[in-house]
Amino acid sequence: MKVPLKWLKEYVAVTLPVTELAERLAMAGTEVKGTEVIGGKWENILVGEVITVEPHPNADRLRLVTVELGTEQPTVVCGAPNLRLGDKVAFARVGAELIDGHSGQKIILKPAKIRGVVSSGMVLSEKELGISDIHEGIMVLPPEAPVGAPLAECLGDTIFDLDITPNRPDLLSVIGVAREVAALTGEEPSIPEVSYEAKGAPIEEQVSVEIAAPQLCSRYSASLIYGIKIAESPRWLKSRLLASGMRPINNIVDVTNYVMLEYGQPLHAFDFFKLWGNKKIIVRRAGGGEVMVSLDGVERALQGDMLVIADEKQAVAIAGVMGGASSEVSQETTSILLESANFAPASIHHTSSSLRLISESSMRFERGIRPELTLLALKRATQLILLLAGGEAAKGLIDVYPGRKEPEPISLSTERLERLLGVEFSPQQIVAALTSLGFNCEPTSSASEFRVRAPYWRSDIHLEADLIEEVARIVGYDKIPTTMLSRSLPRQDPEPGLGLKKKAGQSLVGYGFQEVITYSLTGREMLEKALPGSGSLKALPLRVANPMTADQEYLRTSLRGNLLAALAANRRHEDGPIRLFELGRVYLARHNDLPDESEILSGLLSSTGLEKSWPGGDEPFSFFDAKGVVEGLLTRLDVTPSFEEAGDEGLRPGAQAAVVVAGNKLGVVGELHPKVAEAFEVSGAVYLFEINLTALLPYTIGHKVFQPIQRFPAVVRDIALVVDVGLSHRQVVDVIRGFPLVQKVALFDVYSGKQVPVGKKSLAYRLTFQSSTHTLTDEEANKVQQQILAKLSSELGASLRS
Amino acid sequence: MDVLEQLAELKVRALGELADIDDARELESWRVCYLGKKSRLTAVLRNLGELPLSEKKSVGAGANRLRVELESNLEQKKRALREAKLASSVQKEGLDISLPGYPFPVGRLHPVTQTIHKINDIFTSMGFQVVEGPEVEWDYYNFEALNIPEEHPARDTMATLWIDYEKDSNQRQMLLRTHTSPMQIRFMEKVRPPLRIVVPGKVYRYEATDATHIPMFHQIEGLAVDEGITMADLKGTLYEFSRRFFGKDRKVRFRCDYFPFVEPGVEMAIECAVCKGEGCRLCGSSGWIEILGAGMVHPEVLRRVGIDPEVYTGFAFGMGIERIPMLRYGIDDIRLFYSSDLRFLRQF
Repeated sequence: MKVPLKWLKEYVAVTLPVTELAERLAMAGTEVKGTEVIGGKWENILVGEVITVEPHPNADRLRLVTVELGTEQPTVVCGAPNLRLGDKVAFARVGAELIDGHSGQKIILKPAKIRGVVSSGMVLSEKELGISDIHEGIMVLPPEAPVGAPLAECLGDTIFDLDITPNRPDLLSVIGVAREVAALTGEEPSIPEVSYEAKGAPIEEQVSVEIAAPQLCSRYSASLIYGIKIAESPRWLKSRLLASGMRPINNIVDVTNYVMLEYGQPLHAFDFFKLWGNKKIIVRRAGGGEVMVSLDGVERALQGDMLVIADEKQAVAIAGVMGGASSEVSQETTSILLESANFAPASIHHTSSSLRLISESSMRFERGIRPELTLLALKRATQLILLLAGGEAAKGLIDVYPGRKEPEPISLSTERLERLLGVEFSPQQIVAALTSLGFNCEPTSSASEFRVRAPYWRSDIHLEADLIEEVARIVGYDKIPTTMLSRSLPRQDPEPGLGLKKKAGQSLVGYGFQEVITYSLTGREMLEKALPGSGSLKALPLRVANPMTADQEYLRTSLRGNLLAALAANRRHEDGPIRLFELGRVYLARHNDLPDESEILSGLLSSTGLEKSWPGGDEPFSFFDAKGVVEGLLTRLDVTPSFEEAGDEGLRPGAQAAVVVAGNKLGVVGELHPKVAEAFEVSGAVYLFEINLTALLPYTIGHKVFQPIQRFPAVVRDIALVVDVGLSHRQVVDVIRGFPLVQKVALFDVYSGKQVPVGKKSLAYRLTFQSSTHTLTDEEANKVQQQILAKLSSELGASLRS
Repeated sequence: MDVLEQLAELKVRALGELADIDDARELESWRVCYLGKKSRLTAVLRNLGELPLSEKKSVGAGANRLRVELESNLEQKKRALREAKLASSVQKEGLDISLPGYPFPVGRLHPVTQTIHKINDIFTSMGFQVVEGPEVEWDYYNFEALNIPEEHPARDTMATLWIDYEKDSNQRQMLLRTHTSPMQIRFMEKVRPPLRIVVPGKVYRYEATDATHIPMFHQIEGLAVDEGITMADLKGTLYEFSRRFFGKDRKVRFRCDYFPFVEPGVEMAIECAVCKGEGCRLCGSSGWIEILGAGMVHPEVLRRVGIDPEVYTGFAFGMGIERIPMLRYGIDDIRLFYSSDLRFLRQF
């Protein structure tokens, strides 16, 4: 809402400097988004009076104009045809900053010689002053403008651009802002009385109004004016509309807009003779398939839940949103029916958003303005139209008011105010604050309790808490002390999942992984690209009904695609090893319920083979780097995983494993499938891992039991076995672990090649034997080792490598 | 020459030779020669019994003194040789210490995660519990229960992404939460006062992406409900948060603002760090940077979850996360957070 301060000052004395006023408004809830100063740059521009107009000696279309400035009378060359003796004009001296009338650029005025005559100065158009686009003639000032005065004193203004919160439609009006300013500065607002003479035939003999949908229209008021003359509005009116951000159209439309800005009540003028039969207005819901062309020339398909203003034949306006073209006020209009009505906020919001048609009118109605306003604004608009367009008003006004409600008083107690704010205000302070805002405070039998009635323009006051806020914001939030919560601490039941996420993230950071966060919204293509093969997703992703773009249409069911895209993007400028992880949710649809939102930890390791670095760090990653990360991470999380065959189509067959905990597959680790790597345009090997932390959580909350530290020395033996190539490390270890004295089995070499027969490989282990009851002798260790070798030989065909 | 004279001569010779020794092997030979089983000194000590009684005492004492002296000189020499060896080896094996260490990969948490952790820690220390809620929500939790019924103009300030799903008869609308506030309702439905929670998480808006707008960002919500909680407590708690997060020198301002689910409503701003309140481009000439919205929990919101507003009061607040590192580090484009660009992420 743009509020020119000169206009505001008609209703309230503004004594504070502009910045301080803006500060007070902001503290009380209405932020000043911007302040525009009209005439702030009008140095060297003065009010002048035209004292001579002579022809230019060398040009037919130019004239020499002499201007009285009080102390001097400069003569300038001027091309505008509209200047007359005695006109007051804006005169720019050399050095003034102007807008060039042709290019629209800022210029500094310099002396010029035009067709042989020196011109040192200029008389200005509105465009050259930067107050409108009008450049057809010189701007003529009102005759009372004082000669020689700086133009800024006469035409300058400061305009506040206010950010009005949705609860305060009363502030979408200059009078409303004036009342707020008055309350904040201790001034009295002065709202002028409106009166005019209505001499025409009584209105009720000429037109009637029927409200067929009283739930949607609580009040409909109207006046009728004959014999008007459509014309351009006077300068003061146009410049106020322009300053408030509205385009002047003609005197009738301009008055309806002006009064809307003044009172906050939208109005609409119908060309009375264009209404069919011009006898009756019906406020009703739109009929099925009803169509109407709105003022902006667009044909609107109306739905049955939209409210329209209709004559006996058709809809002539979309109630509270926009008028219809068929009854639009035009150059030929001579009689108007002026509507000032109150419509249900939800209905207007629904209509305006369904039609995607937001107007100054709909914006006010949907915030809920009070029906008491209709008559006040109607009288004001009628008065101004009679003044500016002539004509005669019909006697009386139409006023159908099915929604009349007396607002209930709200009780306010000083104790409850203190209980909410944490500070005691005296009854006098409370009454003074509320009274300054126009509230009525009635005393009750208790000195600490009042019955408070909100003023008619406030639609946002329903509860005691609303009144308490009013008191607090007028007294000032800075008057409320700061205290710490002082009652006993609530019981805490920390969510174990949060601790798990934090620990997992920090572990990966410790392993050198960089965390990324990517959008949960993705495209179907991205999801499918990361999981090729069958070509369709295992679970259908949730779809956004109104996506911004196709690549933000679905909720992700996997983090993999985003992580690979992040890798690809970084590969454009990074050739070193990359370790990334994301810890975020996937969204898996459930029937008729909110989706399953599991927390997934997903990471990748990538090396290009191009790395060059100081020893270490240039070894390309392998499957076992990724597996090692998973093992290390899960060990930190007190979980012992096993690894089994996985069937992940996005990973390379034979180079992937499911991460299994207590028989449940909770994740996967493996090398990215070359097809997927190609689809994401990443080169080199990429190793991925994914762990479902939500599913893992129950296994991380185990009960630990202390194991006594072994006191007796261990015996260490290294053995190298020759086994079939197809035999797995795990089969060997499972056999060795079956012996009670074996404390530890550690693989330290895997070899296949010339030193072992074809079809065989060598596995070397360091075995640690230890007893919890005595020091092992060599003989005991030898005995176990022999037993182990015998069992490995008989069960797995393993032999000792010679 | 009597035995004592021999011992004196032996001492001179032994110590003279010892002084010239500079490696461990020579030192061992010296030990064998003068202190070994076959040495002269050992022989003297062993044959003491053959001496006449008059000499036995003085020779025995002299020989033992010499043994102690030689042994102590031997130990000194050993230590000296060890130290000399260490010194020479350190000198020989000296490193170019300006060479880089073997690389150890460095990982970091995302700046948004870091900020959330830091905020969580501050509120946890004030007795708030960290909880999380679903990102896909019902209209009821995101709007209705927070006093934002259908067609309420406040809905227009939080453009919503709706979820397409097969509705059953109850026609519930599913959406991506536009703020973390739904968790206020979910938590109060489950837990009776007294309660204090903070709720970090992702939120979503139907918004075209540019340098200051993205469709997904993070918020943190706070809620405290108990008997006797006042707006002074709200101010005190948030002031304390600001003091610990932004530092004690940053001024804090509380002004009136509107959110449908609180009354009175509050906006907290901190003094602009760039201009120190003078007004600049960053703060839009106001000198203040808005940090969060807050207020006293609306009585209707309490009533809806079955908490009696005549008995209990509470406060709530909500703040955007990304804004904070943006202000702190001077980041001018919010999209960078979700670009996954290592050149950006490695800076924090």
